[in-house]
This record gives sequence, structure tokens and C-alpha cells, in this order.
Amino acid sequence: MKKYNTLLAVPYFMWLIFFVLAPVLLVVGYSFFDQNGHFTLANYAEYFSSGKYLLMTFNSVWYALLITVITLVISYPTAYFLTKLKHKDLWLLLIILPTWINLLLKAYAFIGIFGVHGGLNSFLGFFGILPKQLLFTDFSFLVVAVYIQLPFMIIPLLNALDELPASFIAASKDLGASATQTFFKVVFPLSLNGVKSGVQAVFIPSLSLFMLTRLIGGNRVITLGTAIEEHFMVTQNWGKGATIGVVLILAMIVVMIFTGEKKVGGKK
Amino acid sequence: MQKSKFSWANIYLVCVFIFLYLPIFYLIFYSFNAGETMNSFTGFSLHHFSELFSDTHLVIILLNTFLLAFLSALIATFIGIFGALFIYYLKRRSHRNTLLSLNNILIVSPDVTIGASFLILFITLGTLFSGFSLGFWTVLLAHISFSVPIVVLMILPKLQEMNDSMITAGYDLGANERQILKNIILPYLSPGIIAGYFMAFTYSLDDFAVTFFVTGNGFTTLSVEIYSRARRGVSLEINALSTLVFLFALVLVVGYYYISKDNQGRSKKKKRGVLR
Repeated sequence: MKKYNTLLAVPYFMWLIFFVLAPVLLVVGYSFFDQNGHFTLANYAEYFSSGKYLLMTFNSVWYALLITVITLVISYPTAYFLTKLKHKDLWLLLIILPTWINLLLKAYAFIGIFGVHGGLNSFLGFFGILPKQLLFTDFSFLVVAVYIQLPFMIIPLLNALDELPASFIAASKDLGASATQTFFKVVFPLSLNGVKSGVQAVFIPSLSLFMLTRLIGGNRVITLGTAIEEHFMVTQNWGKGATIGVVLILAMIVVMIFTGEKKVGGKK
Repeated sequence: MQKSKFSWANIYLVCVFIFLYLPIFYLIFYSFNAGETMNSFTGFSLHHFSELFSDTHLVIILLNTFLLAFLSALIATFIGIFGALFIYYLKRRSHRNTLLSLNNILIVSPDVTIGASFLILFITLGTLFSGFSLGFWTVLLAHISFSVPIVVLMILPKLQEMNDSMITAGYDLGANERQILKNIILPYLSPGIIAGYFMAFTYSLDDFAVTFFVTGNGFTTLSVEIYSRARRGVSLEINALSTLVFLFALVLVVGYYYISKDNQGRSKKKKRGVLR
């Protein structure tokens, strides 16, 4: 078995070396060079001493946290109630279906809905509320981000809750636990793995939603993702962009440690 | 829980589903608008669809996007199958875990970081080899790269379920390694392989951030095109496109539902057969 397999795994190793390790090393490497190609620590010095970048980092983490918490709060009951329905697979597919529609199309829909004369403002108009500028606000950014991430939170939660044996709940009730006690002592702790993979699947991508901040958030550079895009595509200062990339990689490692390494990759 | 029964749980679910589908139906609704905005519906018309089909630029981009998804998923699946087999057959548990963590780096990294690091990689390669520039090939390489770990993760659980005595039996009956792979392992893994291919395909179709970084000037995919058009403002041609995309996704979902249901039915029958 051995010799045969090793030979066929060569492309896999080429991939590991050239497209996993090399890019990470290159990003780290570039973060130590300035625009003229001289070795420097100035990128890091500037990052950690300027209020602008620290505020941006704080903002990114704060927004990603908000997005994660809001999706979790909406998703948990959804997943919980869905496990009690008949035709579970069908409902699951209805949750998955929106994820197959391009993210940009969904963001574009909200440009229409949140516009000054758009759907939401005319809806609010029925109640006598005057049209407001909804697009290009933090509120609209949050709503769209939550909307896009929602299925990615519901799916792992649904899987985790669905695996929970019904006999556990019956046993808990037999032993005299109330519904709330059963939920907090049995159901929730046992679904924690789903919560973890959901948080992983939502939090990290939320740090880098630069297209949303551009389209919905009003073109302001408020998150690290936008800052990277700006440094690489607009100002062409790759050293600085790479520095922020390194910070994002570190943030990712922190999240991975917090959410436990046991069940990596429960993305879909 | 009966259907007719009124409950808060059902109301909650209805609200969540409305939230999930309202924006999509909003887009679809206005694709039939005779007017030019997403604000007021002035009358039914299909002229945004005819506009869409006569826009050859967009049709070519659409075909490119599908070609890219098809190719990248195919190549990633091939690489991933043998990667998963290699990881599975590693003897030391610690080696397996290390390799698996390396495998997962691209899944857990933020898109922007992947895109930026690939851009650096391709530009570096471009300075080493002349004639290597950003375009279709760099996008293809990038899409293959972020699809490989997904394929591996879809196949590994299947491998762990596999009964090793089947392979031993194959060897006992005189099969060589090639035959074992072709006649036992690959057929057994086929549900995982199909799922992996499917995932890689949808990831490729859906990707925006990575493509945006490595696409250069000559080549565009659908997401990048929508992004640049949406930045210019509302154009109902995009709505017409959304309607088609939604129908396509719906067909895929329904097809997938019936295939998976069929498989389940078959495997249940098989199990019953074994029990008897």
C-alpha cells in the first residue's frame, strides 16, 4: 500500500508547501519590509503606536463579536425548534439554499432595501415614519453581515442538536428536572460543540468582510479586512497590508484556541 | 408538533425564514420591473432578462465562472482524495494531527488573508518566471488551493468508517494495490468524493474575496463583476441574473434532496438485507 499511496500524494504535498506554507511565510516576511524593499520593523511599530490601527482592530473585533453574538442568539432557538419538526432534511435544505446565492447578490439586495426610497423606508412610511438614511450606516452593515452569516451558524447548531439522543431528555425528565433545568443542564452543554464550530464559522470570516463595508458600510475603512484590501489594492503598500494580515492570522489562532481544536472544520 | 397547532416556536421560525428569504424575493420581484429602480414597481416586463441575455460580456463571464468552478473542483478532488488517503494511512497519531492542522489552515483563515497572501505568492512567482501573470490561471490555482482541504475533510470521515478487513480480504484474494484502490477504496469513498466535489464547486462559485485579489485585469468572475457593478449603483440586469441564479440553486437543492433521499433509502434497504 505504502509506496503507491506516497507517490499519488505528491500533488497534495506540493499544495501544502506552495499554497499553504509558502503564502503564510511570505505574508510574515513581507510585513518586515518597507515600500522600498528594506528590512524594517516600522510596520509593526506604526501598527502598535498609532491610534488609528488600534482603533480599527478594536472595531473589527467588536463588530465580529456583535455579529457572532447576534447570529448565535437568533440561530440557537431556530435550530432548537427545527429539530422538533417533521421533514427535518427539507428544512435544513431551505436553510442551506440561501448560502448558494452569491454573497454579492445578497449584499446588492440590501442596497435596494435600505435605500432612501427603498423597501424598508416605504414600509416604515406606512407607520408615518419619515424616510431615513439607512444605507451606509453601522446598523445596515450589522444587519447584512448577520443575514449572510445566519445559515453558517444554524447548520452546525442543528447538527449538534440533532445528534442529541432523545433518551437523555427523557431521562432528565424522569429524574424530575423541569424543562428549564433540562435545557440548561442537558441540552445546552451537549450542544456546545455545535456552538463552538458555529462561532468559528462566523467570527473569523466576520473579521474580513471588506466587500460589505465597501458596499453597505459606506466605503469607510472600519475593519481590518478593509484595511488589507486598501493597502494591497489601492495604496499598494504591501508591507503594511501584510502586517495587518499577520495580526489577522494571530487573531485566528486565538479564536481556534478558545473554541477548542477537537472539532476543527465544522464549516458546513 | 402538529401543523395546525399554534405555537410561539412556529411563529419564531416563520419570522426567521421570512428574514432569510425576503431579500432574495425582493431581488427577484424587481427583476420583473418595467422601471429601472428597486424602489417602485411600475409594471411587469421581461426586458431586463432580454438585456441580460444580449449582454455578451456578462454571458462570457458566467460561462467562465462555471468553467472555473468545474475545473478547480475536479482538480481539487483528485488532489484531495490522495491527500486524505495519505493522512489516513499515517501510522503515528501525532503526525496525522499535525498534517490535519496544516490541512485546515486555509479553511479557517480569513478570506482577505488568503487573497493577499496568494497575491504576494503569484507576484513573487511572476518576478521569478517571466510570462507568469495574473489572470485565469492564477484564479484557477487559488480556487484549487482553497478547495483541497474541504475535499479532504469530506473524505476523511468516510475513510474512518471504512472496514479495513475488506482491504485485507482483497489482498487475500490476490488483488494488487491498483485494483484495491480502484475496486474497493474509491467506490466505497464515492459518497464522500461526490460531496467533496460538490462543496468545492459551490465554494468556487461563491468566492469573492480571494478571486478579487488574484484576478488581475483580463479575467473576471461573476462575483467580482457584480461587485464592480453594484458599486456603480442599481442595475436591474443584476436582479434578472439573481432570479436565474436562484432558480439554478433551487434546481440543485431539489436534485440534491432527491439523490440523498434515494441514497438513504438504498442504504437502509442494504442494512436490512445484511440483518436478514
